[in-house]
Amino acid sequence: MLDASVDQSFVKFDRVQKSYDGENLVVKDLNLSMPKGEFLTMLGPSGSGKTTCLMMLAGFETATHGEILLDGNPINNIPPHKRGIGMVFQNYALFPHMTVAENLAFPLEVRKMDKATREEKVKRALDMVQMGAFGGRRPAQLSGGQQQRIALARALVFEPELVLMDEPLGALDKQLREHMQFEITRLAHDLGITTVYVTHDQTEALTMSDRVAVFEDGRIQQLAPPDTLYEEPENSFVAQFIGENNTLEGVVTKINGPDLCEVKLDGGELIDAKPVNVSNVGDRTRVSIRPERVEMNQERLQDGAHTLKAEVLEFIYMGDIFRTRLRVAGNEEFVVKTRNAPDQARLKPGTHVDIGWLPQDCRALDA
Amino acid sequence: MSDTTTSGPMLAADGTPLKTSLARALRRQKLRALALIAPLLLFVVITFIIPIASMLLRSVENEIVSNTMPQATEALQSWDASSDTPPDEAVFQALYFDLFRAAEAKEHTKLGTRLNYEQTGTSSLFRTSGRNLDKVGEEWQDPIEDIAPALKDGETWYAMMSGTGGEALLESRRALWNQMVPGDFGGDVGLTLSTEIIELLPLTSAAYADWAIFEALEKGRDVSSRDPWEAVYAALGLDLRAEATVAAVNAYQGPHADDLRLLTANLDQLPDLTFRDAFADLDEDWLDPEVWQTIQIYSPSYTSGYFLNAVDMEKGPEGAQARPDNQRIYNKLFVRTLWMSLVITASCIVLGYPVAWILANLPMRTANVLMILVLLPFWTSLLVRTSAWKVLLQQQGVINDILVWLGFVDDANRLILMNNATGTVIAMTHILLPFMILPLYSVMKTIPPTYLRAAKSLGATNWTAFWRVYFPQSVPGIGAGSILVFILAIGYYITPEIVGGTDGVFISNRIAYHISSSLNWGLAAALGTILLAVVLLLYWLYDRIVGIDNVKLGG
Ligand SMILES: Nc1ncnc2c1ncn2[C@@H]1O[C@H](COP(=O)(O)OP(=O)(O)OP(=O)(O)O)[C@@H](O)[C@H]1O
Ligand SMILES: [Mg+2]
Repeated sequence: MLDASVDQSFVKFDRVQKSYDGENLVVKDLNLSMPKGEFLTMLGPSGSGKTTCLMMLAGFETATHGEILLDGNPINNIPPHKRGIGMVFQNYALFPHMTVAENLAFPLEVRKMDKATREEKVKRALDMVQMGAFGGRRPAQLSGGQQQRIALARALVFEPELVLMDEPLGALDKQLREHMQFEITRLAHDLGITTVYVTHDQTEALTMSDRVAVFEDGRIQQLAPPDTLYEEPENSFVAQFIGENNTLEGVVTKINGPDLCEVKLDGGELIDAKPVNVSNVGDRTRVSIRPERVEMNQERLQDGAHTLKAEVLEFIYMGDIFRTRLRVAGNEEFVVKTRNAPDQARLKPGTHVDIGWLPQDCRALDA
Repeated sequence: MSDTTTSGPMLAADGTPLKTSLARALRRQKLRALALIAPLLLFVVITFIIPIASMLLRSVENEIVSNTMPQATEALQSWDASSDTPPDEAVFQALYFDLFRAAEAKEHTKLGTRLNYEQTGTSSLFRTSGRNLDKVGEEWQDPIEDIAPALKDGETWYAMMSGTGGEALLESRRALWNQMVPGDFGGDVGLTLSTEIIELLPLTSAAYADWAIFEALEKGRDVSSRDPWEAVYAALGLDLRAEATVAAVNAYQGPHADDLRLLTANLDQLPDLTFRDAFADLDEDWLDPEVWQTIQIYSPSYTSGYFLNAVDMEKGPEGAQARPDNQRIYNKLFVRTLWMSLVITASCIVLGYPVAWILANLPMRTANVLMILVLLPFWTSLLVRTSAWKVLLQQQGVINDILVWLGFVDDANRLILMNNATGTVIAMTHILLPFMILPLYSVMKTIPPTYLRAAKSLGATNWTAFWRVYFPQSVPGIGAGSILVFILAIGYYITPEIVGGTDGVFISNRIAYHISSSLNWGLAAALGTILLAVVLLLYWLYDRIVGIDNVKLGG
């Protein structure tokens, strides 16, 4: 108990490694600690080891090395059914031969609760996901979204403190998915549950989570709240993976303190950037600028800021924003997003403009 | 425009009513589909539907009695079977002429065999009597030929019987022949009876027609010059017993009337023999009312006799009654067949379920290798496998040897594993096991492992997760496997035959015996029909209890 309160972690991965075949590490040196009540999302490309982490936490896979602690206690040797972790599976895994109510009552039955309590809890859980009228149906008679809600209710009905969800919204259409994203976060916060949520949809990760762990190749590349992740990616993988991103490559030529450096692009142009992963002059770097932080209005730039010449290749009207594709320093995929404001120019292809940015918006990352 | 669409029927683009053109399009589709399945349909009809239909028919069909003895069975109808006395002379007389025809065509032994199923001894009764019917006829033939030597001569007979207008009698006699031996008696007989002689000597005319038809169409001879057979003389003798006939003969003017009058002048030289005595002479058993009871019971064209027989009953004079204890075998066999099939099915489930489970949960490659092991038995002949069991199971066999060697069994008390029910159950479980494993495997393969994981994450122990979540989903596989195994087992034949001894044989072995040894196809068909009905009944019960939708052979 003392331990737990000291490092404040409810779930803790301590240098966990996992290999299925004894040759390749699927999870490499995973360190993660979650406080109680946190909504943490594991985000990453397919095959990056997210499900594996979840399965180790749930007890269906054992860690090859390292320790997983739940509430301060190592759980490596506790069988899954004693861990008391709620789980929502990607395909819901609702038992097809039981009705919705029986599905929900199942975890209560195996906990030997009496019938009245069971019925009471099942009813409450169904009401919670607004499915009160569907208790008598079979899972096959429900729509995808309804099944999803039942799966959620089933994972919550026995009041676990930790709930794991593996891409629970993968099969739903956009609108339903957004609705369910909202419901899941609401429930998680209302009930104060600690949640580990797996997805490879970054919007989902950004909108739902307290913190996001970006996975790649069995490692956490960055673990941070959504805004930090988006605005201050720590490496070029995260920058690329989260949101839209323009990259230019070059060499650091000057470092002017912790917040400013000068980068000479491969085409010879000079730009300003904030050094993040570079420390020495001469390091190769990949700079990243968000499309909405590119400035075409010279007046808003700092004095003496470097600018680049750009040619408009394409202009796309998207309603709330304009999306302009430019050729910048040989990069033809350079995108600028501007707000649809009355004074905003609509640039025709072929127009030449000068673009620039505030140095703190341009991050010099690893090459 | 809107008028036509709202008021009249919907029209297709070319103006025909939409319904008509839709029906036409559908019909074309259906015809094409029909053409595609036609070969299979034909195959199924020929190899499946027709045999089953013919089996059903054969199990109730009984036309041989009335076809072979049409006149006797008719005459026998008025006989009171409970009277304990043999029937009267009219029946014996009809029997004589029927049996005479049958004996000439060599059909009487078949009838004897048929009736022998119901009453033992009938077969030899018919065979010996048939051989000696000529002698009975000669009792008349000899004196008749002595009195009127012209009647020795076939040509005299032909001239006497021929005339015009007697086609109807000939045709009706021909119909009787055709009943007995279907399709054998077409074509020209070369004889037209005269109406006068038919009126004058009805029995003689009928007997002569019988003979002529047989002689001309079966033997291919010219009837105008051949001597008729003995029964014709007997018929003439019988005709002349009526006083009215004698008077009519004396007034008769047709051909060879004078020869006939020679006979009427010497009636006292003709025998006053009764057929009843004649038959009693041939074989005492003809006076046994039981023989006649059997004939009477089996004279209708259709009979429930085979079915009664198949459930250890028989037809008595008062309707169905149980057979004597020592003749009852089929009920016991049916019960045994059902019970042992159930035991075999159950052992297949018990042995097959874990195997299927392991197969379904192994990686694909390993599972495929093991699957070959499961299928391996299919690659050896059934006979070889069963015989191998014989080697394993016998008292001096491998299993007993090992048990003795291990000390589990005393050498003096080796287990009897063969030639009894145990042997059948062991060998058939082994042989039918793949039929349980395969559907189980393919159903289990479709149950995603996430269900078990979900159950465990919800707090279920391994056993609860299996029993509450996995097992119910595998039930369709058990159902499919059980139906397969049970239905295969219930009709199994070779294995019980080889390792079953007497206590381990199935009803199918009895069916096979009746098909190939006792040649009682009707009984075999009745047994087969009952088996079919039992299977259908069980299938229906299964559908009611478990639901046939719950049977899955795979995904
Ligand atoms: N049971 C297994 N046996 C062997 N390798 C496995 C097994 N499960 C996963 N892997 C491998 O481990 C790696 C990580 O898999 P994991 O399922 O954790 O990915 P993920 O991040 O969940 O991907 P996705 O987003 O596609 O679900 C993959 O390369 C996968 O091939
Ligand atoms: Mg996954």
